[in-house]
Amino acid sequence: MLTGLWPSPVGGEELLLSFDEGRQRRLVVIPALFDEGNKLRHFTVEVMRRLHTTGIDSFLPDLPGTNESLAPLVEQTVTGWRQYLSAAVDHSRATHMLAIRAGAVIDPGHLPSVHYAAASGASQLRTLARAQAIAEKEAGAPVSREDLLVQAEAQGATLAGHDLGAQMVRELLEAEAPIPTSSVAQGDLGSGGLWLRAEPAHDPGQADRLAAMVLERLA
Amino acid sequence: MATNLPAPTEQDEDTDLILRQVLADVLGLSAERISELHADSGLFGDLPELDSMAVAGLLTELEDRLDIIIDDEDVDGEMLETFGGLLAFLAVKRSNG
Repeated sequence: MLTGLWPSPVGGEELLLSFDEGRQRRLVVIPALFDEGNKLRHFTVEVMRRLHTTGIDSFLPDLPGTNESLAPLVEQTVTGWRQYLSAAVDHSRATHMLAIRAGAVIDPGHLPSVHYAAASGASQLRTLARAQAIAEKEAGAPVSREDLLVQAEAQGATLAGHDLGAQMVRELLEAEAPIPTSSVAQGDLGSGGLWLRAEPAHDPGQADRLAAMVLERLA
Repeated sequence: MATNLPAPTEQDEDTDLILRQVLADVLGLSAERISELHADSGLFGDLPELDSMAVAGLLTELEDRLDIIIDDEDVDGEMLETFGGLLAFLAVKRSNG
């Protein structure tokens, strides 16, 4: 596994985790978004390790504003993330994409792709707004999810610790994922999705099964 | 015989099963541990890992699997305090749905 920086098309550098041995099949992995991205990080990298041992190169670029990125999340948009991923595809000479959960909505759609347990941007936003509403209620200042989302659409908002700009919110509510070449449902992996876990956790069996399915579908 | 059971009872058993499955997925508990949950088992407040983000994910998953809508005003400490309390809330939601 190599970790390195690559020049972001929007300025600065971003972390790029790669398993690169110059092989024919080269996969850019689009991570899950926001809270789910944190919870699925270990799982995502473990799937890449398994793909590496079966002969597939893979690349996981940090989305600007997430993980190790120095770019402010509040300045990011769905359009910007799609452009960034297109540039990451060129940089890594990728042949395929693997999108995880709501990562599907920022799949630029140029390459054959597998979408794993795809989720909409709207559903991610509603869950973040719900977490924020629960936290506000506990703090004694109840506010409805609807009001939070209306405010977020108009002027941006911090939802469950994620500082989202108004354009990001509007694009997430409307964004549709491109139709993937193939999709993998959570039920195909046999147990509950790891993004549901209250504490980030890993399940080697699920990583084995997802890697095997990706391999089969890219073949 | 199952056919003689009133429909709400079957639905309640199903709700119990689904709630246990979702809690197992959220808390990462084994089937054995999750089968030990009883009406008085403490949830929110007793389990520090159930923070607001985890509860939001839990409620959204329950909505999807039970085909119900949980309103913001329904969500409070009492509804989430115990396994039995949450189960009773979900059973009412389902029978009204």
